[in-house]
Amino acid sequence: MKAEQFEVDGKTMTIRLGEDLDHHNAVYIREMADCYIEKYPIDRVVFDFGGVKFMDSSGIGVIMGRYKQMSYVGGKVFVRGIGKSVDRIFQMSGLYKLVTRLDAAEEA
Amino acid sequence: MENQRNVCEIDFLAVSENEALARMVVAAMLMPLNPTVDELADIKTAVSEAVTNAIIHGYNQNAVGMVHMRCELDGKLVTIVVSDHGVGIENIEQAMEPLYTSKPELERSGMGFSFMEAFMETLSVESAPGKGTVVKMTKQICLPEPDGQVPEE
Repeated sequence: MKAEQFEVDGKTMTIRLGEDLDHHNAVYIREMADCYIEKYPIDRVVFDFGGVKFMDSSGIGVIMGRYKQMSYVGGKVFVRGIGKSVDRIFQMSGLYKLVTRLDAAEEA
Repeated sequence: MENQRNVCEIDFLAVSENEALARMVVAAMLMPLNPTVDELADIKTAVSEAVTNAIIHGYNQNAVGMVHMRCELDGKLVTIVVSDHGVGIENIEQAMEPLYTSKPELERSGMGFSFMEAFMETLSVESAPGKGTVVKMTKQICLPEPDGQVPEE
């Protein structure tokens, strides 16, 4: 299974998610993200869902947690590469109200 | 088509690695039914929620107890039971409220039961403090004919 990858560029942290975004992976992602946010002046978190095949409500917690952290520092959370099954979870949980969708054309 | 029946029961330790295992077992069981992508995603998500609840809430992440999962196929009807012998739920009604979580510090969204309800057709929860929890969910799978043809009687 592909693991999550973290990348920090300036104030932007990109989290390339693995195949599953469940409780098991959520714990790891939260720990890693917290580490980087503590270490670097991050005010943009980008979740890349390109490789995600499964997400449950634990994934919502991961996004909401980073949203809270970013709102403390006046930052924002972005998502990209969302597929059909993840889109349903986002729609149902109202997550699109908290995050900004990036598509390829908008990316710097 | 014959009314095919199949049952699989597994017990696994309450560790988060087994959330994926539980989903894979159910997905493998469903394969012969040719579920749609959405149906498969629905059931996998519901299973994941129930198993995650047992691990996080039932056993308080202590990896001491076993989670039991039973998956039964009876024709198109899928019945999944996830049970634990953990702490149990004091107030089931409250636990099932959307966005309610007893563990906000763990970044739980409080959407677990809501997703089980939304993705399955029936959901029942039996629990009492100290007595563990039994979650039973059912869903009918549509059995599509190849190339959308009308089934022959």
